[in-house]
Amino acid sequence: MSDEWKEKLTGLLWLILPVLAALFFTAIILLLVGAPPLQAFWEIARGALESPAKWADVLTAWVPLALVGAGMSLTFAAGLWNIGAEGQIILGAIFATWVARNVHLPLWPTLFLVILAGMAGGALWGLLTGLLRVYARVHEIFGGLGMNFIATALIIWLIFNPWKPARGATMSGTEPFPPNAWVPRLGHTRLPPLAVLLAAMAVVLAYYLLKGTRFGLELRAMGKNMRAAFLQGIPTHRHMLTAFVLCGAMAGLAGAMQATAVYHRLIPRISGGYGYAGMLVVILAGYRPEWVPAVALFFAAIGVGSPRLELNMQLDASLGGVLEGAIVLFVLLAAGLRKRLARRSS
Amino acid sequence: MRVEMRKIHKSFGPVHANAGVDLTLEAGRIHGLLGENGAGKTTLMKILSGYQSMDSGEILIDGRPVTFASPAEAIRAGIGMLHQDPLDFPPMTALDNFLLAFDDRLIPDRKRGEAMMMELARRFNFPLNPDVAVERLTVGERQQLEIIRLLALGAEVIILDEPTTGISAPQKVQLFATLRRLAHEEGKAIVFVSHKLEEVEELCDEVTVLRRGKVTGHAQMPVPIDELVRLMFGQSIAMPNKPPVPLGEVVLRAEGLRLVSHRLVIEEASLEARAGEVIGFAGMEGSGQSLFLRAIAGLIKPKRGRILLEGRDLTGRPYREFMQAGISLLPADRIDEGLVRGLTIAEHFPLRRETPFFIDWEENRRYVEKMIEFYNIKGRPETPVESLSGGNQQRVLLALQPPKLKVLIMEHPTRGLDIGSARWVWEQLLKRREDGTVILFTSADLDEIMTYSDRVVIFFSGEMYPPVDAAELTVEELGYRIGGSLAPRPAQEVKTDVG
Repeated sequence: MSDEWKEKLTGLLWLILPVLAALFFTAIILLLVGAPPLQAFWEIARGALESPAKWADVLTAWVPLALVGAGMSLTFAAGLWNIGAEGQIILGAIFATWVARNVHLPLWPTLFLVILAGMAGGALWGLLTGLLRVYARVHEIFGGLGMNFIATALIIWLIFNPWKPARGATMSGTEPFPPNAWVPRLGHTRLPPLAVLLAAMAVVLAYYLLKGTRFGLELRAMGKNMRAAFLQGIPTHRHMLTAFVLCGAMAGLAGAMQATAVYHRLIPRISGGYGYAGMLVVILAGYRPEWVPAVALFFAAIGVGSPRLELNMQLDASLGGVLEGAIVLFVLLAAGLRKRLARRSS
Repeated sequence: MRVEMRKIHKSFGPVHANAGVDLTLEAGRIHGLLGENGAGKTTLMKILSGYQSMDSGEILIDGRPVTFASPAEAIRAGIGMLHQDPLDFPPMTALDNFLLAFDDRLIPDRKRGEAMMMELARRFNFPLNPDVAVERLTVGERQQLEIIRLLALGAEVIILDEPTTGISAPQKVQLFATLRRLAHEEGKAIVFVSHKLEEVEELCDEVTVLRRGKVTGHAQMPVPIDELVRLMFGQSIAMPNKPPVPLGEVVLRAEGLRLVSHRLVIEEASLEARAGEVIGFAGMEGSGQSLFLRAIAGLIKPKRGRILLEGRDLTGRPYREFMQAGISLLPADRIDEGLVRGLTIAEHFPLRRETPFFIDWEENRRYVEKMIEFYNIKGRPETPVESLSGGNQQRVLLALQPPKLKVLIMEHPTRGLDIGSARWVWEQLLKRREDGTVILFTSADLDEIMTYSDRVVIFFSGEMYPPVDAAELTVEELGYRIGGSLAPRPAQEVKTDVG
């Protein structure tokens, strides 16, 4: 066997082993709550894959994960700990809702404006976090956290005050949008092909920006060493802001799609935790956009399959989240371990 | 207590920071550890105080071999270190910092601690207030706190790394008195790490000189200063080979710059440099030459004065504009400031070249291969820069520079380079003079400054002296002037054992 193949095989092994370890870890938790682990995993898989309708659901859940993952691959490349996607999704959904409620044009012009508004909302939120970082020296983790809280408060206020339905405000959200703001679905499924297309475009854009353009190379240089990048003449402040804006636009688009393609209205939990799940996706993808689609699909499948645990096994669906988190932790652990072993042997 | 370090080796990547260093410390003596920045002094002392592991070698205390896995183990064995930048907890009070050192009970006995602290402070006349936050103390007071903290921990060997940087003159007098008392009356072994000749001469009982990771000499004081200069800076690595180039018009003009950093203030610095001129900046590390050159590069904004390039006022403009105007800086720290660790050689070039937004990686690769060949870089386009040797990193940095530059600023152009690379670097620099490039450089190697400069600018503790024609200087004179004295003093009769 050639060395190259050997290396590829070890690389694969270092990916499979932590996933197995995560499954094992989740199995222990399942045993502790008295559930048969194999059946639980089987239920998740079946819940995600048993019918074309489920495949459509998985692909629908893939959209926000892929969008957030693509956006975050840009900020991570620049070495920014951007955790603000959750808030950016919410702002995108809010801006899109405003268009859906107030613009009375035919379907496609309305959707065009919905998309633009969603991207603008997310970009604005990202830009604010970036401005805080660059000009007020607020670390993006704290800035992003703060902006997430403000976004959550804002969406609740909007749903319970100016945008409350005629029959009274509830956690189930606003009135449904007029149908001219509904993203069309494929046949009888819940799958919005437009959203899938936009997400795929975002992934390709992120990939080409990072691999093929000077901007992307400069972002990567900043991520490796901000000071050295600055000394090379890279406009680090401008690039940081641009990365935040691009990530925000992609997350905002995800929010716009959640509102106009999935729920057809604005609900308080519109982000559905995709801002954080998307972060796990991009970490597991090794911060590389080319790996985001596959990882996002895997996470989407777990997300769609886990509610089955509640129906058939009286377990909480959040076990899916435990599995996702465990996989990320074990993969990171394995990467750290591998680096340590490599250092020791050299 | 007697501490012996034997054949200490320590490498950081390709840099051999300590290459077989021997050092013996005796109780009751102040031992000067002298050497330029990067000579390996701090590394050696961090190894002795448990902050850093060694690659090989041994440490003996009173003949018994010891190993320290942490600073805590070293201090338990009686070895403590005062770092160049104090490792304390600025927002906490002096007493809290003192207590943290040794009171490891859940609820510290503040009363007992305060009594102990004040007693030690009184013994050395340190005016320390236990309730003041450490961040409000001066550097000198923080040192005093560190010293009594180490004493309370039972330190028998106290290492001070460049302790006179940033403290006032009276504090320095008091520090020296304290160190003498600790050594000569209380029998401690003191290590005084410095690159300041005068201070070593004034304070130390014996001295060990390091250069490029090796001991170049060990002697009982007093030793004449020019002997110490010779041991510190050694013989030239640079070869005199500088074809004359006629100087052109004035390209760069710095007028009355006032520069402020957190350590140093330069009140007034002016310079005129003509096309094709090479100006060497001499001075002990931290005397102001780097601050001045970084201001010329646009990285530090002067508080007063103007910087003009071919008559164009660049004062206060962003760094990028200085670059675009044709001023380039090659930092001394090649791998952490000059190059981007983690990127390959090929990935560096589009950052500096005129490249379209969409990079043509094939074209770039061909270009980089040409540059690798032309600049004789030992690496491939896909080699990460951090795995290159220092010489090859410098070659990459030079290859990255645009062909026509107005001012090229080099910090320590040949530090850490072998003779071949050093000579090659200078060939490249001298060639650039033909395009009218002004070359400004700092160096710790006085021969290098004397060999290549048309004029020499001397800095001494924040003061910039007017440029002197290199022809009117000798290496010895230069050595005295960067140490702050103007004329050589008569040599004393002493014996030195030069290793």
